[in-house]
Amino acid sequence: MLTLVAVVTDGLTYAAWIFLVGVGMTLAFGVMKILNVAHGSFYTFGAYVAATFVGYWFAAGGAPLASFGLLLLAAAIASLVSGLLLERGLLQFLYGRDEVVVALATYAAFLMLEDIVPLIWGLEAVSAYQPYSLLGTVSIGGLTVNLYDMGLVALATVIALGSWVILAKTPQGLAVQAVMHDSEGAAASGINVGRVYLYTFLISAFLGALAGAATSPMVSVAPGIGVEVVVISFAVVVIGGLGSIPGALVGAIIVGLCRAIAVNFAPYLELFAIYGVMTAVLLVRPNGLFAAPQARKI
Amino acid sequence: MMSSKTHLAAAVVQSNWKLGHQGDRLLVPIFAGLVVASFFAPAWLLSNGAVTLARALAVLGLILMLRAGLVSFGQGLYFCLGGYSVGMLDLVGVSDLVLRVLGAGALCFVVALPVGFLLRRYRGLFFAMLSLAFSMLLFGLLVRSQTFGSTDGFNVVPTTLFGASLAGQQLQRVIFIAAATTGLICCLLTSRYFDTVVGRIAPALKDNEVRIEYLGHSGLALIHFEYTIAAIMTGFGGAIVAMAIGHIDPEMAYWTTSGDIVFIAILGGHTHVLAAFLGSVVFELVHTVALWLTPGTWRLILGAVLLLLILKLPEGLWSLFRRRA
Repeated sequence: MLTLVAVVTDGLTYAAWIFLVGVGMTLAFGVMKILNVAHGSFYTFGAYVAATFVGYWFAAGGAPLASFGLLLLAAAIASLVSGLLLERGLLQFLYGRDEVVVALATYAAFLMLEDIVPLIWGLEAVSAYQPYSLLGTVSIGGLTVNLYDMGLVALATVIALGSWVILAKTPQGLAVQAVMHDSEGAAASGINVGRVYLYTFLISAFLGALAGAATSPMVSVAPGIGVEVVVISFAVVVIGGLGSIPGALVGAIIVGLCRAIAVNFAPYLELFAIYGVMTAVLLVRPNGLFAAPQARKI
Repeated sequence: MMSSKTHLAAAVVQSNWKLGHQGDRLLVPIFAGLVVASFFAPAWLLSNGAVTLARALAVLGLILMLRAGLVSFGQGLYFCLGGYSVGMLDLVGVSDLVLRVLGAGALCFVVALPVGFLLRRYRGLFFAMLSLAFSMLLFGLLVRSQTFGSTDGFNVVPTTLFGASLAGQQLQRVIFIAAATTGLICCLLTSRYFDTVVGRIAPALKDNEVRIEYLGHSGLALIHFEYTIAAIMTGFGGAIVAMAIGHIDPEMAYWTTSGDIVFIAILGGHTHVLAAFLGSVVFELVHTVALWLTPGTWRLILGAVLLLLILKLPEGLWSLFRRRA
C-alpha cells in the first residue's frame, strides 16, 4: 500500500514537473514549427531569477507566503527578457527555414545562454529552499508528502486546463489554432501571424521559466540545470506528438508513472524509463500519441 | 532542346555535389603529410590530432545521412559504443590496435542493424529525436552500470600493436597514424560511394522520397544502409578516442557529444568527404583558442560561430573552396 501511494505521488509530482517543463516547448512547436532547444535556457533563467528574488526576500525579512508571488514574478521577468531577446534577435530571421536548421540555431543560442548564466550568477550554486517547506506536509496512507509537491501538481493542472480554455474558447486562442493549422490561410483571413508567433513564443518562454521558478525551491540551482531539461522536454513533446498539448499531458503522466515504478522497483532503470517509454510509444504510433496524420508529397 | 536540358541538369548535379574522384587526389598527399608530420609532433599534439581525426570519422558518417536530408542527433551512441568496445575487449585481455578498431566497428554494426530497422521509418525531427533517444538510453544504462564504472567510466589498458607494447610518444604516434589510415580508407570508400548510382540517389531522397520509389529504388533500404555505415565509422572514431585519451566514460553517449558531431558537420559542410576533416580541425582550433582566451565561456564562442555559420554560410566552410574552384 505504502509503495502504491509512493508510486502514485512520486509519479504525479514528476509528471507535473515534466509537463510544466515540456508544455512550453510543445506550444512553440505546434504554432511556430520550431523545436526550441533554448527552451532549457528559459528554465535556467527562471530558476536563477527566482532563487535570487527569494534569497533577497527572505534576507530582507519579507512575508514568507508572498515568496510564491515572487516565483511568478521571477518567471515573468526572466521569460520577457530572454524570450524577447531570442525571438526578436534571432528567430524572426529564420522563419520559413528548414525545421532542422532552426532547431540547430536554437541549439547554438542554448550553448551561448548556458555560458552567459555563470557570467551573471557565478559558478556557485544558488539555493532558495524556503518556499519548499512553507506549506507543510500531509500524510497520505502513512506516507509523508510535502504539500509543495502537490502544489506543483495543482499548478500543472491549472496550466493544462487554462491552455485548453484559452485555445478553445477565446478569440485569441482560436487565432492561434488557425495559425497552427494553416498560417497562410490564417494570414489571408486577417490574422497577424507575426504577432501570434511573438506572443506564442513569449508564453512558451514564460511556461519554461515558470517551470524553472517552481523547481528552484526543490533543488540547488547550479550551472547546467537546463541541459537535462532539454532532453526531457524533447521526450515529452515527441511522445505526445509534436505540438499537441493534450499529448504532452498524457505523455507526461505516462512517463511520470513509469519513472516512479522504475524508481521504486528497479532504481537502475530510472534514466532508462523516459527514453524507453518514448521508443515504445513511437514504435506503436510513429508520430506520437496525439499527432494528426501527415500527407505525403508526390 | 531536350538534351541541353539534360546537360543542364547534369551540370547542376555536378556543381551541387562535386564529390567523387575530384577530391580523391588530395587525400593521399594529405595522408602522407600527416604521417610525416607525426614524426615531428609532440605527444600532446598527436593525441589531440587523433581525437580530431576520430571526431571527423563520426562526422563523415553523419555527412552520409545529411546528404539524404536526415540529421541524427544520436551519433554519440556509436561513438560511445566504439569507446566501450575497447573497454570490453580489455576485459577479455585483447589490447591490439587493429582488433580494437575492428571490434568497435563490428559492435556498432551489430547494434545499428536492428536499430536501423526502426529508425529508417522516420524522417526530419522524428529521426533526430529518436536517434537521440537511443543514445540517451545507452547513457542511462552506463551511468547505472557498476561493471563499466558508472559515471566515472574507466581507464583502458595501453594499446599494443601486433603483440608489441608501446609507450609515450611512440604510442601516441601509432594511434595517430592509425586514425589517419582509418580516415583515409573511409574517405576513399565514401567518396567512391558518392559516385555510385545509389550514392547519387541519396540527395534526391531529400527532395522527394516518393519519386525515388517510382524510379524503383527503396528509400528505406538506402537510409538503413547509410545509417549502418555511419554507425560503423563512428564506432571506429570512438575506439580511436578511447585509445588516444586512455579513458572512457558515459559522457560519450550524452547528447552534447552528438551535438558536437552535428555542429562539426554544419561547420564543415556536407558536400565533400574532406569537409568533415576541415570542420573537425577548425572545431578543435576554435575549442582550443576559446578555452585559452576565456576558459569559462568557450561554449559562448562556439554558439556564436555556429549561429554565424547558419545565417551566413549555410553550406559550411567547404563551400568557400567550392566557389573558388
